[in-house]
Amino acid sequence: MKLTLWTYEGPPHVGAMRVAASLTDVHYVLHAPQGDTYADLLFTMIERTTQRPPVTYTTFQARDLGGDTAELFKDSVRSTYERFKPAAMLVGASCTAELIQDDPGGLARALGLPIPVIPLELPSYQRKENWGASETFYQLVRGLCAPRPTTRMTKVGQPTCNILGPTSLGFRHRDDVGEIRRLLESAGATVNVVAPLGASAADIARLPDADFNVVLYPETGLQAAQWLHRTFGQPFTRTVPIGLGATDAFLAEVATLTGKAVEPTAAGSRASWYARSVDSTYLTGKRVFIFGDATHAIAAARIATRELGFSVVGLGTYAREFAREVRTAAGDLGLEALITDDYLEVEAKITELQPELVLGTQMERHVAKRLGIPCAVISAPIHVQDFPARYSPQAGLEGANVIFDTWVHPLMMGLEEHLLGMFREDFEFADGARPSHLPAAPATKPIAAGPAPAARPSAPITVHWTDIAEKELQKVPFFVRGKARRNTETFAKERGLETITIETLYDAKAHFAR
Amino acid sequence: MSALTVEPATCGSHNIRYERGQREVFCGLTSIVWLHRKIQDAFFLVVGSRTCAHLLQSAAGVMIFAEPRFATAVIDDRDLAGLADADDELDRVVTQLLARRPEIRLLFLVGSCPSEVIKLDLSRAAQRLSRRLSPGVRVLNYSGSGIETTFTEGEDNCLAAIVPTLPDADRDVRPNLLVVGALADVVEDQMRRLFAGMGIDKVDFLPPRRAHALPAIGPRTLFLLAQPFLAATAKALEQRGARRIPAPFPLGAEGTTQWLQAAAHAFDIGSARFAAATSAGLRRAEQAVAAIRPKLEGKRVFFFPDSQLEIPLARFLSRELGMGLREIGTPYLHRALLAEDLALLPPGSQLVEGQDVEAQLDRCRAAKPDVVVCGLGLANPLEAEGFTTKWSIELIFTPIQGYEQAGDLAELFARPLVRKTRLAA
Repeated sequence: MKLTLWTYEGPPHVGAMRVAASLTDVHYVLHAPQGDTYADLLFTMIERTTQRPPVTYTTFQARDLGGDTAELFKDSVRSTYERFKPAAMLVGASCTAELIQDDPGGLARALGLPIPVIPLELPSYQRKENWGASETFYQLVRGLCAPRPTTRMTKVGQPTCNILGPTSLGFRHRDDVGEIRRLLESAGATVNVVAPLGASAADIARLPDADFNVVLYPETGLQAAQWLHRTFGQPFTRTVPIGLGATDAFLAEVATLTGKAVEPTAAGSRASWYARSVDSTYLTGKRVFIFGDATHAIAAARIATRELGFSVVGLGTYAREFAREVRTAAGDLGLEALITDDYLEVEAKITELQPELVLGTQMERHVAKRLGIPCAVISAPIHVQDFPARYSPQAGLEGANVIFDTWVHPLMMGLEEHLLGMFREDFEFADGARPSHLPAAPATKPIAAGPAPAARPSAPITVHWTDIAEKELQKVPFFVRGKARRNTETFAKERGLETITIETLYDAKAHFAR
Repeated sequence: MSALTVEPATCGSHNIRYERGQREVFCGLTSIVWLHRKIQDAFFLVVGSRTCAHLLQSAAGVMIFAEPRFATAVIDDRDLAGLADADDELDRVVTQLLARRPEIRLLFLVGSCPSEVIKLDLSRAAQRLSRRLSPGVRVLNYSGSGIETTFTEGEDNCLAAIVPTLPDADRDVRPNLLVVGALADVVEDQMRRLFAGMGIDKVDFLPPRRAHALPAIGPRTLFLLAQPFLAATAKALEQRGARRIPAPFPLGAEGTTQWLQAAAHAFDIGSARFAAATSAGLRRAEQAVAAIRPKLEGKRVFFFPDSQLEIPLARFLSRELGMGLREIGTPYLHRALLAEDLALLPPGSQLVEGQDVEAQLDRCRAAKPDVVVCGLGLANPLEAEGFTTKWSIELIFTPIQGYEQAGDLAELFARPLVRKTRLAA
């Protein structure tokens, strides 16, 4: 058993629902107890879909357990087929139904429906949502793509590709697809099918027609792409085009697959120019903590270091399936990756590192808010704010512009606060006033004044600050104050000093200003 | 769907049908979302799966990030394979939890679908943990599983689990009044003032705001249900000798008056004194409801089953706001507890107990109601079809009981209609 307060991912059948809801004519019959229908509201309330997800639940109750739950499941499959007439059906069990072992796949097969019925085995007590989405998409592709000889690139010079991985409830998937489709067309490739988002069962069956696959989100699309590669010899792209550097690397990869030369596009981008413009100078070396799914965390680390000139001080993911990739990315930055799905561990790490910017999920946004650190959201778990009315991709050139704005604005607000701070003796600007971009909630202590008690790291602080040194520290602009405090304390500890005076503060400043 | 529709029956003069099929309702775990705010030093530990944790997170207002007083002990493969001893695992998780939240005085171990199916004995675990953690922390258990409970029945099971721990009242003291069912603090305070005004000053509420502030009960205790879904709790109280005061539920001016009146009769309060205590509130409630009535009068409402509040709500909308009732769906119909409300519904009302959501959607489309009361999974899709909907969950999270909230309650139904008019303009 594991104590869980908040979770980054739902159970694997929710991943399967995301795939079913992405498709236009596939229905999912889920053997599940009453109450599991809560998952519908993720789609109707968070993504604001205008239709219920195409999922029928058996919603068995205790009295059914004494009777025949298998018969209930078969009834559900039968009536679902009659009512919705889907082109294909997914069948499976949620966590509770897994325990009663009714074998949904076998029961559905026995009904002999005139459509493909794909059984899903999603071990709820081992796996999680993204794995469930990946496995479901893979089983669906396996189930619907008939074996055939590999005949492609029939029309020389007209390469085609599929975009794999985007799903319902994916982080900005809706808009990324548009951006990447345009990018591929500009590179001379035609998009054959986007899947699962917006595809029909017939579209899935057409996947092998394309010359290559674009894996936009490895979490959901890689497993299917690997199978398509093994089975039909379709190569697939490795780079996820989030960020300017990654977009150019992606285009170069596409060029090798299409045989068509592609011009790098990043240099002309607005985000690139903004990052080089003088008013971005203050971004230099900002200490950034990154946490999210693997795709977005790795992309964020690359953008932060190479495209914005930040210093990444922490990098991690909740996606254990992609721990190796994140460890490699962290290793490249001289860091040890934080691989955990326990948000309390992430909170403790942020508290310990005292970054100047947090790039994380909604969970980290709330941690950052408590600690008074600027934050931008880069990844699911999904939130209603991740479905903005406007076009707001993360991938491709426009994605880079969106990311520049999303990450820099919280820092710019912080800078504004500093300018206000210069007038703090003015009667309108009390020193304790809360930053205007944070809600006027009961004031939490600023980060520099010490971490929140619940999450205090275990190492006791043995040095103490004299009043006058503490006062001097308050004159340091707030956005470097935490760093100054930490550096001074480290400096003092290394020298065995128990008391920090003004002298210690400035000695430390000189020491670290190398 | 597999509609196992049982033949129509009558309930009083109403048509009632029992329906089976896909249920589009929450399980009882969802009650934790309001219960943990109500009992301020209690913690709810669900022993369940990742699905349970995900449900609570999703239902809790699509993520509230103050640290909640609920959590899930997520069962994993080792627990199922018997590699980990369930007692040891629970002990470890509870220790970890209490170290983090030392202010907790009452801990609920809440059973879930998986814990019920694998037959984890949480009552034995609760007794063992209670002995270990006594006197600082008391540990109780109940089931909020979807196989046994629908949405608000989680509160029923929780309160029923508290009842055996209530202290005995002295036999020879004056009768006391116990109001049963979670209400907003502001509503409790209003009711306490009303009861005091009519001379009933020994009034307690269940659940209490603090875990140790447990009301004493005994054969001289009279209780009023403030919520209609508390059948198990009522039974447990009756087993302790307490007696239920039958009354309609305190929704709207009329419902509140009759609810208070029932208590007044039980405590032999004279009509003059009752009127003196309640007339100001009644007048305000009637005025507030009258102000909204023109927006709702003559409109037709259709209820999907959700909280078991459907019958008293339908009574209020029909009698005080002049709305027409189409189907009134409810997950369970406790005929005895709702007898007074049922008697006030227009004769021949169409009640459906249970659910077959697809068949019900078809009937809803055919009935073309002006307002549909339904859960969050159905609301936006129905809006997209052109219906006007009222999220039923808001009726649970918003203070709606009593005189001062009668206007607010009416307004909850008027708002979606008003909004539609504004957007069209």
